[in-house]
Amino acid sequence: MSGHLLWIFLGAMVVNNFTLSYFLGLCPFFGVSGRLDTAFRLGLANIFVLVITSACAWALDRFILPYAPYLKLISFILVIASVVQFVEMAIKKLSPALFRALGIFLPLITTNCAILGLALFQTNRGYGFLEGIVFAIGAGAGLTLALVLMAGIRVEVELSDVPAAARGTAIQLLIAGILSLAFMGFAGLLGAG
Amino acid sequence: MSTGSSVIVPGPTREPGSLKLVATLVVAGVLSGAGLVATYDATLPIVQANQARALREAVFLVVPGSTKLEPFAWQGDRLVAAAEPGTNASGAPPAEVFAARDDAGTLLGYAIPADGAGFQDTIRLLVGYEPAGRRIVGVKVLESRETPGLGDKIAKDAQFAANFEALAIDPEVVLVKRGEKTAPNQVDAITGATISSRAVVKILDAVARTWASRLESAS
Amino acid sequence: MKARELSVREELLKGLWRENPVLVQVLGMCPSLAVTNTAPNALAMGVATFFVLVGSSFLVSSLRKVIPKPVRISTYIVIIATFVTIADLLLQAFVPDIHKELGAFISLIVVNCVILGRQEAFASRHGIRLAVADAVGMGAGFTFALFLLGATREILGNGTLFGVSLFGPNFEPWVVMILPPGGFLMLGAILLVFGAWKARAAARAKAAAAEPLRKAAA
Repeated sequence: MSGHLLWIFLGAMVVNNFTLSYFLGLCPFFGVSGRLDTAFRLGLANIFVLVITSACAWALDRFILPYAPYLKLISFILVIASVVQFVEMAIKKLSPALFRALGIFLPLITTNCAILGLALFQTNRGYGFLEGIVFAIGAGAGLTLALVLMAGIRVEVELSDVPAAARGTAIQLLIAGILSLAFMGFAGLLGAG
Repeated sequence: MSTGSSVIVPGPTREPGSLKLVATLVVAGVLSGAGLVATYDATLPIVQANQARALREAVFLVVPGSTKLEPFAWQGDRLVAAAEPGTNASGAPPAEVFAARDDAGTLLGYAIPADGAGFQDTIRLLVGYEPAGRRIVGVKVLESRETPGLGDKIAKDAQFAANFEALAIDPEVVLVKRGEKTAPNQVDAITGATISSRAVVKILDAVARTWASRLESAS
Repeated sequence: MKARELSVREELLKGLWRENPVLVQVLGMCPSLAVTNTAPNALAMGVATFFVLVGSSFLVSSLRKVIPKPVRISTYIVIIATFVTIADLLLQAFVPDIHKELGAFISLIVVNCVILGRQEAFASRHGIRLAVADAVGMGAGFTFALFLLGATREILGNGTLFGVSLFGPNFEPWVVMILPPGGFLMLGAILLVFGAWKARAAARAKAAAAEPLRKAAA
């Protein structure tokens, strides 16, 4: 059982990284600044939201959706919007300092396709409660990894002489492509060996 | 370039009352629900027919000669009738294996869905198993995300598929290099796709270990 | 304040090229990259998004005077999610193979910034004819961009177009193109080409504008 969970975790984090393999969470990925600590905090906020969303999605899928499968998408979106709202209020109450640090990122997480993507993947694959949580943590860790990597590279890009035609999103996409290529090396990590 | 001589005087802004806000969302929700239910009911029979047809095709492929299938599940220590996938037959457990029979009703074998970790992602197979000869008689790859051109050959390579026409499961299913197959329980790997091939063999072995004894006592 | 005469034709065309959502505005990338590994997948995604965009814009524009401002985003999302679910059900019923390939990404259309963006920026402020024209233009532009991406990735990465082999059996496909890195690299390359083109056009326009001044100074 633990091997199975490890496969889910590592699979979500590096083998099939949410950003570099599934193209989820691209908005923050391309918008991230060169500040490593900001990127890291955004990643952590994402992990938190992902875990809560995973639990809610599991509950919805288990108890309510069997009666109305066509409500899947709408209910997931409502849940995600509510979770983010709730998390924002909770952080504001519990730790104003953290709230100031995360600030603008929290509302942005709602439109992050990675959250909805997680809920959909998890239910499509029929993951149980624990599997879903592990999946969410792995996915969040992968998102954080991608964000931090991109933030670090961003610093270098800004100091380099990028040709005019490539400036902006084009160079970021090419960099992301190379990162994605590098991550393909993780395939077969746990493999069948 | 303004032609107007009239001056726009802003009137008092009226904030919509909360009742109106809630009412809007409720109405939107109800209309949305109605639209979804209608579309769902209209498409459901088509979707179920597609799924049933795909299942039949897959089962008849992995258990050659079969024309009828029957879903079963393993409960406690015996096979019990299960619900056809896609239906919500109340009380019946979800199907775990499918008994495949020919026109005369003779049991030819069982089709067993199974999955396991592959090179890139999970691989899903349908395994055709014949209890009488304790052997696998067919394998179909239902889902795989292996490397195109290499690992995905597990689904496309005819030579690899030929491994599964009469594969003994005793003492266990083993992977060997391409061309080195000598015993009936061995599987020739695909050159350049060893890990994907090994993943398939691992799944087959797991199926054999779980179901061989169960299906023997059931037949 | 004179209102700019918006023509239906203008709205239709702007989404196709000048303000193409993927190639110029660089929006809606999530679905664009994930499902454009082959031309048929890209086309199906484009058509599904087109359907959702036009349907939502039509409804939002028709109801724009009725939806109160504070809840407008939530209402738009309900409308969009409904259309997306309907598209998903229809695809599952009529093209199950493609539905299986696209998987969860059909449902992810709902978070495609292009759609919500058009409702907020345009459909909620204009009449039905203009809103639908805008949606048709943007949807067509989106589908075009996706198809461009999907076709090039399939041709280079598989040697086929719509499954039809183009180069014969001896072609060694550039496999990475149909894998995730290929999505990033291909879109980056396309934007690079566009960027170079635009830079050249801008330079030429600048030179042309400077002509009369040079002549006058001469």
